[in-house]
Amino acid sequence: MTIRTEPMTVNVGPQHPSTHGVFRVRITFDGEDIVEVEPVLGYLHRGTEKLAEERNYVQIVTLTDRLDYTSSMINNQAYCLAVEQLLGIEPPPRAKYLRTLTAELQRIASHLIAVGFFVQELGAFGTPLMYTFRSRERILDLFEMLCGARITVSYMRPGGVFADAPDDFWPALDQFLNDFEGELAELEDLLLNNEILMVRTRGVSPLPPDVAINCSVSGPVLRASGVNWDWRKMAPYDAYDQVDFDVPIGSSGDNYDRFWVRVQEVRQSLRIVRQCIEQIEPGPARLELPLVLRAAPGAEAYGRVEASKGELGFFLVSDGGISPYRCKIRSPSLINLTITEHLLIGWKLADMIVSLGSVDINMGEVDR
Amino acid sequence: MLTALSGADLAQRLRDTLPDAVLDWNDSAVWVAPDSISAVAGALRDNPELDFQFLNAVSAVDFVAHFELVYHLTSISKRHTAVVRSRVYGREEPTAPSVVGVWRGADFQEREIWDLMGIRFTGHPNMKRIMLWEGFDGHPLRKDFL
Repeated sequence: MTIRTEPMTVNVGPQHPSTHGVFRVRITFDGEDIVEVEPVLGYLHRGTEKLAEERNYVQIVTLTDRLDYTSSMINNQAYCLAVEQLLGIEPPPRAKYLRTLTAELQRIASHLIAVGFFVQELGAFGTPLMYTFRSRERILDLFEMLCGARITVSYMRPGGVFADAPDDFWPALDQFLNDFEGELAELEDLLLNNEILMVRTRGVSPLPPDVAINCSVSGPVLRASGVNWDWRKMAPYDAYDQVDFDVPIGSSGDNYDRFWVRVQEVRQSLRIVRQCIEQIEPGPARLELPLVLRAAPGAEAYGRVEASKGELGFFLVSDGGISPYRCKIRSPSLINLTITEHLLIGWKLADMIVSLGSVDINMGEVDR
Repeated sequence: MLTALSGADLAQRLRDTLPDAVLDWNDSAVWVAPDSISAVAGALRDNPELDFQFLNAVSAVDFVAHFELVYHLTSISKRHTAVVRSRVYGREEPTAPSVVGVWRGADFQEREIWDLMGIRFTGHPNMKRIMLWEGFDGHPLRKDFL
């Protein structure tokens, strides 16, 4: 005898501790199985693109901090690269290394959040998350030494960085790298071969590579599906053509692979940071530019970086004024959400939050 | 490493399959007729020499006299990029065909363009506002929205 049940619609968010901010999704269940998914966005929409049209090119840097607030350095970098492309300028080599170094530290910090919360959502409350946050705190301390801020850093400027690193930054960075080597090994030991984690995540919500590409998915989510695509390799910017690193690739694109790729990327970021410290030479850290920048009328630029969530792009159009005529932000978090339906439909309620967490979205960037 | 296809190169290749679609080109981009966007998108994706499987971004710019849609594309297998653009005229109810059938990644971006710029995409499965609420008056990214 079959028992017939009625489908039930459940609202998750926007005030829900596991939705990584104010993400809201309406989910229809048949028993425990997910049959329909509808993301509802816009709860953190601040109109960043419109605000950018009324600020000058340097002021906009502060707006980019507030997009993906877990990787503000990388947002600064993407925006500055777009402005530099628009003006046809290039920062001095020391600035390029400082940017690469801080962007990789930020990637580590961002991936530590993603990994910590991913495990938290599997039910490992507190401990693993605090382990990752312990290391992340140290990175934020380093940022504070560089620019006085921990989250909204505004460290980079078109034409370089705000200021060279203070002398005591370098020993503090060395100390962090040495300590973090052990902390990361401990984390890998605890998590990568953890049986509970593997049983819960292996084979759950796989994402085939053709679906990932068609849905414009980028970043660790795309690479977990086995697509070898990293903008740091494909179109190197700043000092990425001077450093050697590998691009970790997953095989099946399931929740475990997305988690695994991020842990491996932390290792590669460490390699890049160490090479930057070795290669960096003394010199100016910022170009001498006028306080208020102006681009040629009709000039356009699309600057992109491999952010911690995926491809972050700034499309700038100039009309010759002191502000961009149009500033479009290609946000990886928003576009990675296109696969929500694919990841959830057909799977169970218990895996829903974990699958959402494996995409690693940041609502500041989704809604802008 | 990536190469960027020039507008002339792209125009040449598009003309073979869609002779009426190409309107203009320069070094970096090709302009196509607005009503042919989805046909052009299909041709760009399915032509094995171009193989543009990946849509980076759809942007809309309000030039007051017209709107411009800008598609940034990448081919993962061929390692090249391209920019396709289209001018959309009219401020009352500008429309353009949706490319969601070709690249699903355009889904949220086209909804965002409708929401904030007020260009409607025909053939989009769920053409609703995305950032603002239904019933919001106006489209904030337009230059005449103050």
